[in-house]
Amino acid sequence: MQSKTNILNLPVEEFVHPGTRACSGCGLAIAYRVGLKALGKDTILIVPPSCLTVLQGLFPVASTKLSCLNVTFASTAAAATGIIASLKTQGKEHITVAAWAGDGGTADIGLQALSGAAERGDNFIYFCYDNEGYMNTGAQRSSTTPIGALTANTPFKGKLQQKKDVPAIMAAHNLSYVAACSAAYPLDLYDKIKNCLHLPGTKYFHIHIPCPPGWGYDPRYGIKIGRLAVESGYYDLYEIINGEFHLTGASEKLVEKRKLVPVREYFRAQSRFRILSDEQIADIQKQIDEKWEGYYKQVE
Amino acid sequence: MQIIEDGNTAAALGVRLCRPQVIAAYPITPQTPLTEKLSEYVEEGSLAAEYIPVESEHSALAVCIAASSAGSRVFTATSANGLLYMHEQIQWAAGARLPIVMCVVNRAVGAPWNIWNDQQDSISQRDTGWIQIYCADHQQIIDTVIKAYWLAEKVSIPIMVCYDGYILSHTFMPFDLPQQKKVDAFLPPFKPDYALNPDEPANLNTVTLPDVRVDVHGELAHGYMEIRYLLQKDTRLALQEAAQAEKRFAEVFGRGGDPYIEPYLCDDAEYIAVGLGSITYQLRVCVDELRREGIKVGVMGVRYYRPFPDKVIAGALKGKKAVIVFEKAISYGYEGALASDLKSALYEYLAGTGSLPVIQNYIAGIGGREIRTDNLTKALKAATKGRVAQEPVWIGLKL
Repeated sequence: MQSKTNILNLPVEEFVHPGTRACSGCGLAIAYRVGLKALGKDTILIVPPSCLTVLQGLFPVASTKLSCLNVTFASTAAAATGIIASLKTQGKEHITVAAWAGDGGTADIGLQALSGAAERGDNFIYFCYDNEGYMNTGAQRSSTTPIGALTANTPFKGKLQQKKDVPAIMAAHNLSYVAACSAAYPLDLYDKIKNCLHLPGTKYFHIHIPCPPGWGYDPRYGIKIGRLAVESGYYDLYEIINGEFHLTGASEKLVEKRKLVPVREYFRAQSRFRILSDEQIADIQKQIDEKWEGYYKQVE
Repeated sequence: MQIIEDGNTAAALGVRLCRPQVIAAYPITPQTPLTEKLSEYVEEGSLAAEYIPVESEHSALAVCIAASSAGSRVFTATSANGLLYMHEQIQWAAGARLPIVMCVVNRAVGAPWNIWNDQQDSISQRDTGWIQIYCADHQQIIDTVIKAYWLAEKVSIPIMVCYDGYILSHTFMPFDLPQQKKVDAFLPPFKPDYALNPDEPANLNTVTLPDVRVDVHGELAHGYMEIRYLLQKDTRLALQEAAQAEKRFAEVFGRGGDPYIEPYLCDDAEYIAVGLGSITYQLRVCVDELRREGIKVGVMGVRYYRPFPDKVIAGALKGKKAVIVFEKAISYGYEGALASDLKSALYEYLAGTGSLPVIQNYIAGIGGREIRTDNLTKALKAATKGRVAQEPVWIGLKL
């Protein structure tokens, strides 16, 4: 992928009004703002209940300038199918259909509908903004909450299970495009959206979203923490275009540098990981190192 | 043109005549042949629609909700647990005021698994804000589908067209196939007040507060309660529009009648049997037999269950000695829901007049248990001699 966009040539037109109801320092507010710039005016959005429902505002006020259909929790991707079908019968296939759902709405309750739409090859872009928990309802665990994280319903022991790898599940549907992005790298997200708009079928985006109340850090450190996740090799930015995987942006550069920031720095910056022991962190560090050894070998 | 087909085909032909643009369905017995027919029509090109083979009933209605919001005429159909799986979406479609038409091919709900006919599925969806119409034969199925689109789009309320699984869905019967040009004259293309589009952006079904709220232009916008009140108000008004639909349909097709109820030998009757769907035609046989014995009995089929035509029903039952309600569903812990609704209507219009009929509630045909006409006649006859029991009586129960 060619990264063309920088802060100076990013389109100035905004599709999200200022003053949304997002929490201060919300990673989603960044990703959504930049994501809609890439999607452009000729877009219809679909949103299930999630933090984004709150960000969008309360009737009759809307914080988004694009048309948006709010739908039930489990039906996001099926609703996208419905809009695509309707637009097709009206000869309006130039309109982009884009769904934005949280990790609960994607990895858990919405997975069946998403798999159905992806298998049918319905032509839309699905964004999973992954703040790694049910943050809208008070930070309970989701299947993408990482191991060791304290949540409202894993309050003392932390989550005992691994994070579900949703992009891998979506890649197994043989999609034309799967991307992993981060709110800490909004221009990478912008370029990836632009990069896939012309591709057929379902396109899947997974966006890592730092969340001040859910993760436990001062709102001003959101970008720093999002970057630590990438720089430590814990969360990787990549694309899978027609089955071909390659790292992008900051993650691609890490392959050249061959120097990862210790993941300990990422964990210790958030209170949700405060019960992780040094041994547990060392264990996770080992897994990260092994994963990256694999990346290095691919390059060689 | 008179043709002989099964009930599911009657429904499919009716749907095709209405020119839906988007169809989404998940197969479930006994609805399956209906949706298979529709996919055939789409693939052979006799119906210009998008057919979406979704992965669940929840998604079937999601597709319909979204496509309808984007301005398309839509259709889906289901039965039993499929309908129950849609429950969240059913309420959503009504709240969003989308004119979706859905056929419910009535079947018993699990557990335990049972694929045969009763009406527990649609009756359990009574309070969802949908209009519910029950059909008693194939002509009613095809005609009701056509009328349903007209009415749903007129009042912006979704409609369930209900017909009994197997008894109607899988039996062959002659009926008149309406001409396409007549249906086109009756049913104009769907033109919603608003359809999702980028040129007039709107955020539909956002979080709405308990109280009213001023918008950015200083105008007062509805709160949740106002929106829900209007659904109730418009559903009641739909009764009048239903009469209009019936009248217009009769003008174009030369058939029709009372839109709300279907009376048979009711005028001079002292006792009236009441039911929903095909059982009311079976009851006609019982009535004919009891009439030969000199017992003045009639049958009233209730076609509109929601909105409930309470005033019409109370008027038809005024002065009768007894009303005998036969139901293929029950509100567990009390009695048949139709019996309760009839009592409510009679109390409202006849309390204190001295002409309140006795009401006897029978439960029959649960899970497809055969309803023998002789048992039905016996039950009906018994109820003409006075209240059989306080609690609902289950016909044919072997306990």
